[in-house]
Amino acid sequence: MEFIHDFSKILLATCRDVLPIIILISGFQLLVLRQPIPHLRRVIVGGVYVIIGLALFLAGLEKALFPLGKIMATQLSDPAFIYGTGKIVAVADWKAYGWVYLFAAMIGFATTIAEPSLIAVAYKASEVSARTVSQWGLRITVALGVAFGISLGTFRIVTGTPLYLYILVGYMIVIVQTIFAPKNIIPLAYDSGGVTTSTVTVPLVAALGLGLSATVPGRNPALDGFGLIAFASLFPIITVMGYAQLMHLFTKRKTKIKEKSNAL
Amino acid sequence: MGEVLFGALLVVAGLSLFVQGLEMGLFPIGEAMAHALARKGSVFWLLCFAFALGFSTTVAEPALIAVASEAAEIAGKGGLIDQSKDSLNQYAFGLRMSVAFSVGLAILIGVMRIIRGWPIHYLIIGGYVVVMLMTIIAPKEIIGIAYDAGGVTTSTITVPLVAALGVGLASSIRGRSPLVDGFGLIAFASLLPMIFVMGYGLIIFG
Repeated sequence: MEFIHDFSKILLATCRDVLPIIILISGFQLLVLRQPIPHLRRVIVGGVYVIIGLALFLAGLEKALFPLGKIMATQLSDPAFIYGTGKIVAVADWKAYGWVYLFAAMIGFATTIAEPSLIAVAYKASEVSARTVSQWGLRITVALGVAFGISLGTFRIVTGTPLYLYILVGYMIVIVQTIFAPKNIIPLAYDSGGVTTSTVTVPLVAALGLGLSATVPGRNPALDGFGLIAFASLFPIITVMGYAQLMHLFTKRKTKIKEKSNAL
Repeated sequence: MGEVLFGALLVVAGLSLFVQGLEMGLFPIGEAMAHALARKGSVFWLLCFAFALGFSTTVAEPALIAVASEAAEIAGKGGLIDQSKDSLNQYAFGLRMSVAFSVGLAILIGVMRIIRGWPIHYLIIGGYVVVMLMTIIAPKEIIGIAYDAGGVTTSTITVPLVAALGVGLASSIRGRSPLVDGFGLIAFASLLPMIFVMGYGLIIFG
């Protein structure tokens, strides 16, 4: 009974999120375009599927994964767990936080694989590129980027180094990669930075960041707690371009070898 | 343990229903709108639609509301703004408005790029340079929030719709490739909010 109550609350909230889009689309159809939507019935059924699917997804997350993730985030960043009970540490030792980095990477990977917006973009990219961009290849590459990004982000919180330095270096890498990467992957790579962080990733990662900055000695949640999401949206750009570069080099070498064997 | 398994089952069921719905509803409607607007040939209405899509979906985004009120609390505690409830609400509202406006503008610029065929990397790299320059002059307390604002703006329903809009538009304008020109809208939507939030911080904190 309690579950049905929770679920209907989530369903209502999802409907409210969709409302501006429905108003916008129907307004444009009626006032500007003045023509019927093709396959209207199918579109409406699809819209209902999206809303119910998202609500089920969120209910499942709240039931099982969010509490688990949040408990683990606070327990792992607890000074008693990291330094052993009874010790009071004034300066954080970044080497003691190995489990935190590992947990951050795992949470980044797992939440990104399950991220609905990334699934949508991967689906579209594979359709548009005539299957040369594989859905799972893109999702795993992006997830690896997020895993590395969040892990590095927790390292930054532990060491207290300024956020903009990391972002600056990340931007430099992106710019250099943009020069060398195959041209048709660049827009997709830029996009994959933005899609990684929504429904699943943000709440868990924010809990990890704020929890960590509250417990690491010498950190201030206001200054150090934010910024993990920025890491999670920068590093996928780098990994997606890197993956495309590797694939490009690989196929180039393959054709070269083929040409050689043909020449003989 | 039972709870966790049940939750995982719901997650999987929800995701498969979501993907099914994407194929049937969200993708076709996004592409149909893009085709119809392109056929109408009015750049004005196309840009209006782009801006409205970005603005309206962001302004009510729950993740953004949560982040904005949290940011207001922190700014209040830090003594940057008045501690009263009114000024906190005003600050959070201003933050939300600047993010929503910037996302609308970002989708508009992205659509403009598809129409004109501008190469994306100049725009994005130019944006990065502006972000770095703003970081130097913006107040320290706003930087973390500004960087995060880029990530939280694009919701699960906006992303498929925006992707379909871009791909639909690129495939209905001659000389544009859906893969090269259709993507990139979301990249703008996660870059511009950073610039606007830092600008907001500059104006408010001086």
